[in-house]
Amino acid sequence: MSIFIDNATRLIVQGITGRDGSFHAKQMIEYGTKVVAGVTPGKGGQRFENTVPIFNTVADAVRETKANTTVIYVPPPFAADAMMEAADAGLALIVCITEGVPVLDMTRVYPYVQARGARLIGPNCPGLISPGASKVGIIPGRICAPGPIGLVSRSGTLTYEVVYHLTRAGLGQTTCVGIGGDPINGTNFIDCLDAFERDAATKAVVMIGEIGGTDEQEAARFVKEKMKKPVVGFIAGQTAPPGRRMGHAGAIISGSAGTAAEKIAAFEDAGMGVAKRPIEVVDLLKKRVR
Amino acid sequence: MNIHEYQAKEIFRSHGIPIPPGGVATTPAEAEGLARRYASTVVVKAQVHAGGRGKAGGVKLAKTPEETREIASKILGMQIKGLTVHKVLVTPAAEIATEAYVGIIVDRASKRPVFMVSPAGGIDIEEVAAKTPDKIMRLPVDPVYGLLPFQALQMGLFLYADIKQARAAAKIMQQLYAAFWASGASLAEINPLVTTPTGDVVALDAKMVLDDNELDRRPELALLRDETAEDPAEVRAREAGLTFIKLDGNVGCVVNGAGLAMATMDLVKYYGGEPANFLDIGGSSNPEKVVAALEIITSDPHVRSILFNIFGGITRTDDVANGIVTATQASPLKVPIVIRLTGTNEEVAVKILQQHGFSAMTGMDAAVQRAVELATGART
Repeated sequence: MSIFIDNATRLIVQGITGRDGSFHAKQMIEYGTKVVAGVTPGKGGQRFENTVPIFNTVADAVRETKANTTVIYVPPPFAADAMMEAADAGLALIVCITEGVPVLDMTRVYPYVQARGARLIGPNCPGLISPGASKVGIIPGRICAPGPIGLVSRSGTLTYEVVYHLTRAGLGQTTCVGIGGDPINGTNFIDCLDAFERDAATKAVVMIGEIGGTDEQEAARFVKEKMKKPVVGFIAGQTAPPGRRMGHAGAIISGSAGTAAEKIAAFEDAGMGVAKRPIEVVDLLKKRVR
Repeated sequence: MNIHEYQAKEIFRSHGIPIPPGGVATTPAEAEGLARRYASTVVVKAQVHAGGRGKAGGVKLAKTPEETREIASKILGMQIKGLTVHKVLVTPAAEIATEAYVGIIVDRASKRPVFMVSPAGGIDIEEVAAKTPDKIMRLPVDPVYGLLPFQALQMGLFLYADIKQARAAAKIMQQLYAAFWASGASLAEINPLVTTPTGDVVALDAKMVLDDNELDRRPELALLRDETAEDPAEVRAREAGLTFIKLDGNVGCVVNGAGLAMATMDLVKYYGGEPANFLDIGGSSNPEKVVAALEIITSDPHVRSILFNIFGGITRTDDVANGIVTATQASPLKVPIVIRLTGTNEEVAVKILQQHGFSAMTGMDAAVQRAVELATGART
């Protein structure tokens, strides 16, 4: 079992002929993901790697291939349009990898996607992987293994670091979700925690947050009030100065709000295990999972 | 991206917001000339990307052109929060009856642009929000429809009892929203919005922060960047496609990915060290980026050790290894280096490093501890 993606995931790659899109389409196919179509306007009728059909529009791809999920690798100025096109075509899950989408674009994309009942993950995220079943995005497959841990994170490589330790310690994963580092994104921590709580195969959850915003604080409240499964957390950015954007557009302490200390306090208040170093996640989980 | 007050004022004026005239001077003589042209008491304002300019002595009244020259000579070259003032704005002093605050931010929680207005203007809005939250009106704007006229009037009436002034403020808010949206801003602020003794409503200050993500598709906005007002190392890093933020410590950090970069800094601190910087070489790093990263880090005289922490996903660790070799052959390092890399093409990377006399570590904790020891001289 897993959340959001599994063996039934039928994937479109938007931007499949671009540098990043083609590289990762190959990786996903190698991993076993059912990549059923690609979309690049102007290249409809061609095939990617002589197999995957390419369409001019997402609507065409959905009609011809019964796809239910899309992953977006198009450049930032066109990413908003790509997300809205996917939602309009009726896809249930939209994963946007693109980094650098203007935030005002997202103020329009978010309600548009919501109104059409689609789930958006990202933008500026590594995507997600249900080890052994499906990978949508750029998380390296070989560092993951199937198992009972659910993981949700705002980061990319920091997620890999933690997953790497989990897998080495024999703690495989149901699904690892990267929700992205932008100030306005689709799926948030609570959406993922809720899905993991309902997923029978997930026995414990890891939540990796960072400075900026109040998503982690609200997620901690959700853990306290609604969750029975154990949750272990880590927050990056304890040494980050206020007012500076730490790489991710959303990783910024505004005034005195959004500090690591505030988030760690919220995690502790919710009775979560809080790791001081990424590697401590392993021991904290072992204490909580039989 | 931060822009200066005078640049924000130009944008606001182009959308019709009433703002007193003003000119920019880079020398005391230019400032004096501007004061002569306005033939009135003027305000000399430091143009620098830092808050609290007034408290730092960067905003001063001058009654005569001669005094303007004298004040400008003091403000130009002054340091405010570590940044040197290269420009001053000279503007006629306005007579003020009341001061209000008007601002727009992108609110993460509601995922919308949100107006914040307060009749208690001229001071720090965070302070007003904390002490007297009832003096602030918050109004989320639906980005599909924009700011509607009735919403603007509601805010105008929150600021002013006089209907004429409320209407004038409402119009300014519509213009401010238009400027905010058209410029791809993440913040647009008028503090203070004043009423004059004759009843006019006028914007005396202007602040805008532009979304960096807009700049690629909006070259006219990118031109507003003033590199003389930024840290030279950060400018150099941006040109090389790196994200770099200078900090006060002595362990130079080179990491791929923002989250891992922050976690690395935190771990340096955990083991008793202080990070010298945040530096993210990004996802698909090529050797040139690594060379630029090393140049930037080694130009900081406080750096006592260099720590590479690379988790190869998209990033190929052999690219990073090649970058380290190229950079150190061109200019040998004066401080010790600790390299941790794992992931994509790790075996190749380790071989490259060993051939050139470097050793590589695979664990993040051990590497950070080593770098901290080398920087603090605890053990060598």
